[in-house]
Amino acid sequence: MYPSRFRYEAPATVAEAIALLADANGEAKILAGGQSLIPMMKLRFAAPAMLIDINGIAGLDYHHPDADGTYRIGALCRHADLEKSAALAASQPTMAAAAPVVADPLVRTRGTLVGSLCHADPQGDWASVMVSLGGSIVAQGPNGRRSIAVNDLIDGPFQTVLAADEIAVEAVVPAAIGTRAGGYLKLERRVGDFATVGVAVSAEMSGATVSRAGIGLTGVGPATINAAEAAGSLVGTSLDGDALDTAAQLAAEAAQPRSDHRGSADYKRHVVATFVRRIGEQIQRSGQEAA
Amino acid sequence: MSTLFEEVPASFGDDVPVRRVTLTVNGEQRAANVEPRLLLAHLLRNGFRLTGTHTGCDTTNCGACTVLYDGVPVKSCTMFAVQADGHDIGTVEGLATASELHPIQEGFKDEHGLQCGFCTPGMMLAAKALLDENPNPSEDEIRWALSGNLCRCTGYQNIVKAVMWAADKLGGAADDSDDGSADGAGSDAGEEG
Repeated sequence: MYPSRFRYEAPATVAEAIALLADANGEAKILAGGQSLIPMMKLRFAAPAMLIDINGIAGLDYHHPDADGTYRIGALCRHADLEKSAALAASQPTMAAAAPVVADPLVRTRGTLVGSLCHADPQGDWASVMVSLGGSIVAQGPNGRRSIAVNDLIDGPFQTVLAADEIAVEAVVPAAIGTRAGGYLKLERRVGDFATVGVAVSAEMSGATVSRAGIGLTGVGPATINAAEAAGSLVGTSLDGDALDTAAQLAAEAAQPRSDHRGSADYKRHVVATFVRRIGEQIQRSGQEAA
Repeated sequence: MSTLFEEVPASFGDDVPVRRVTLTVNGEQRAANVEPRLLLAHLLRNGFRLTGTHTGCDTTNCGACTVLYDGVPVKSCTMFAVQADGHDIGTVEGLATASELHPIQEGFKDEHGLQCGFCTPGMMLAAKALLDENPNPSEDEIRWALSGNLCRCTGYQNIVKAVMWAADKLGGAADDSDDGSADGAGSDAGEEG
């Protein structure tokens, strides 16, 4: 399968990439990992007139915590970099749980977290994770940089609010109040399949009490779902059974699944509730072990 | 041009610039003129006639087209040939020497790690990337590393055994590097048995 013809550009700087984007007037796509974009181009769901390959731009492959705990992921940081990262495992439990279950090992060597967010696939794991963490992206355009919360970035399936001449240069996870806890669970029929259901739960703990929480749902709606009410119900609790039951039920109600070959809508709601409860129990258990 | 790339139009329109790419394939410098939309898998197969790289699903699912891109396993149906400009590509043809099979190939032979053979090149390159990074993987680690490569015949059991066989052999003969400097069998503190 061949994509439609396109003009290929490989700029050496972000500024050059932005100039090319402006030049293309909305007809260009950024090529980072390409693991979603290239298949879509081959199927001709996407047919950009210009492809701007940013893989030659130096200094975008980083991921690291700042001194205050803010975590930054550059536009060329691959899923596999995150999967293997000790720094991530030590400080970002929700992300560390998600990194190994994104797609398959071969896709993970190329695909990027920032690219996944910009692709805005309702099945994308990272968007749910970032929504649960209150994360954002930094978009750079001709007039400088702006921060966009991932929750506001995605405005529909495969749609973002990025302007035609903006490029997402990094993703940012804010520093936690207290200790970061969380997890990501994904039900898939086989490795690399789209998620039947994915659930990200992130919590910031002051001792055994939740001071802030976020829940993101993958694959159970037309876009990534921010189960804010469910997450809010956990704040102030110690993730006891009643609190988890309430949050699980609210998360299941926030889901908008459709019945398909991966399962009925009811089944998917049930899995959402089960995963919320499981991650909550896991957080509570690890807190008790640490105490 | 038409003889070199059968799947690409012989003449390009003026608006489709052909790009010259220079890359290393199995240690050898190669160059080609490619249209940007040419996939790496097709450059290897149709351009360089390295037909050991198989295109299976052509939809980023099966891993039959796996090659090593600067030592990292990637699906060559999900990269453009232009992206390989200046990079080092390893294909299944680069595993054996003129006289000897690579231990991974020996392993697949000895343990019957293939039936129809279609997925085998991708399996072996994914296995090579694993063993370069982790010379003594557990069975779980092997299954994990190969989980992006689909086999529709054998059911994976013998493939996993083949990789374990190769790990043993490579670990036991760390100094007898057989396919060049980039091989991961660097440490001779092999853990046999």
